[in-house]
Amino acid sequence: MAKKEYSFYPGCSSQKGASASNYLVSVQSMCEELDVQLNEIPDWNCCAASIGYAEGGELPRLALSARNMALSEQANPGQDIVATCAACWLATKETQERLHDSSDLMQETNDALAAAGLNVKADQTVRHMVEVLIEDFGYDELGKHVKKPLEGMKIAGYVGCQTNRPFGVDGESFENPKYLDKLVETMGAEPVEDYQKKVQCCGGALAFSEPEKSQALIKDIVEAAYDGGAEMIVTPCPVCQMNVEVYQDQINATYGTKFKIPVVYYSTLMSVAYGKNGKEAGLDGQIIAAKKLEEIAAK
Amino acid sequence: MSDANTAMVEKYRNSFLKEVEANVEEGEWVKMCMQCGVCSGSCPFGPHWAHPPQELFMMIRAGKREEVLTSDSMWMCTSCYNCIVRCPRELPITHIMHGLANYAHRLGIAPKNQPTRKFAKLFWENLTKKGRTNELKLGLSLYFMNGFGDGVKTSLKMKDIGLGMLKTKRMNVGEMWGGHACKDTNGLHAILKKAREIEDAKMQKF
Ligand code: SF4
Ligand code: SF4
Repeated sequence: MAKKEYSFYPGCSSQKGASASNYLVSVQSMCEELDVQLNEIPDWNCCAASIGYAEGGELPRLALSARNMALSEQANPGQDIVATCAACWLATKETQERLHDSSDLMQETNDALAAAGLNVKADQTVRHMVEVLIEDFGYDELGKHVKKPLEGMKIAGYVGCQTNRPFGVDGESFENPKYLDKLVETMGAEPVEDYQKKVQCCGGALAFSEPEKSQALIKDIVEAAYDGGAEMIVTPCPVCQMNVEVYQDQINATYGTKFKIPVVYYSTLMSVAYGKNGKEAGLDGQIIAAKKLEEIAAK
Repeated sequence: MSDANTAMVEKYRNSFLKEVEANVEEGEWVKMCMQCGVCSGSCPFGPHWAHPPQELFMMIRAGKREEVLTSDSMWMCTSCYNCIVRCPRELPITHIMHGLANYAHRLGIAPKNQPTRKFAKLFWENLTKKGRTNELKLGLSLYFMNGFGDGVKTSLKMKDIGLGMLKTKRMNVGEMWGGHACKDTNGLHAILKKAREIEDAKMQKF
């Protein structure tokens, strides 16, 4: 297969020393195997995620994503914009649709961008990395690269909210999307059938401002994974990953549970199955160590 | 009562619905709600909403301005988008919740100590300063947003998580001095200033 190129929007959490830096490491390893070239949007800015609305309001928020799109059009014309973070993807895709639906908004946004000498057409398709994997490669092709199948592992595919709603992945249902399970299977592991909390919210950004209420949701997500016989949780979203991994100790203290389940990205699984070592797969970024993956990676 | 709020009360004396349609993001959709209640059963923080979305829409139509805008209900929205994909009338409910919260906040009548309001404000200030989120400073200002004593307590409670993040290089103490940034912060600030001006001018016009 020939090299594929995309205009890449990595997002704040993927930066060096940030909370999802291990996600980016594993994505880079996975892309190297698949011969995908990610052309970073030069000087990209934060998308304001789903919490920027209160102080930012509508137009300033849209303008943030529009600036990224404008820079992408300049530097990487004709390439699809690809994001790895659910919130980045959502904010950018939403902005693209809104600008297309309303010529007034398009005008106002371009008036704002003009203050920095920029202009946006918003005609690049905005995609999440999992869409690239499923649509531009497909499970069969992804499976061909597997060197070390993740045999004997049972994994709960936690899809969460923002990679699933409101846009979701084509051909999947909102209540029970299957793509993550299929990816798990493709890598040689066994997905949890009927994972009860697959699309349950983890509290998102409100895990910071409303910790008790969010941790009650996270408890259900982890519990359902254990109930399904999982030894690991996999997710496509950096907010889900962080929320479900890092609060397990606090939840244990509150509820008397004994949670200690590793939470990884689809790209972590894929990097290990593709024969990358632990560092390349970002396994050193796990706060709850993914021991089984470490063993496979070390083989 | 803030001046902006008084002005809006004057202007829309007879119809809070009109006020919402003119000033709240996606507010023109509110009248399309058929009160089926599906959205209200969809919120992850459901039991904590004094007025779930369906009820807020009813209250807007009933002119309950004060009760709606000073409510902390819409601040419970986690942006899960459950409601949007289920609503039979396809209302952009999530955005209306954000819009109501933002409008109340701009008018200065949103509940002062609502934690998500405070967090959202910190977040916006953090990200717009350099164009990229500084997670370390954001985390610290969040822990200390309720004052020093509380901050020390929260920081201690969060200490183990912080250490875990540091050890795995998912947090960087260096972010305290400088940290990640856009190169063209001037351009970014100019864009945001202009966008804010356009939005404020729209609010004046109605
Ligand atoms: S689901 Fe839609 S129509 Fe039903 S109450 Fe909620 S907003 Fe109204
Ligand atoms: S997006 Fe907000 S309003 Fe809609 S279901 Fe989720 S929490 Fe409720």
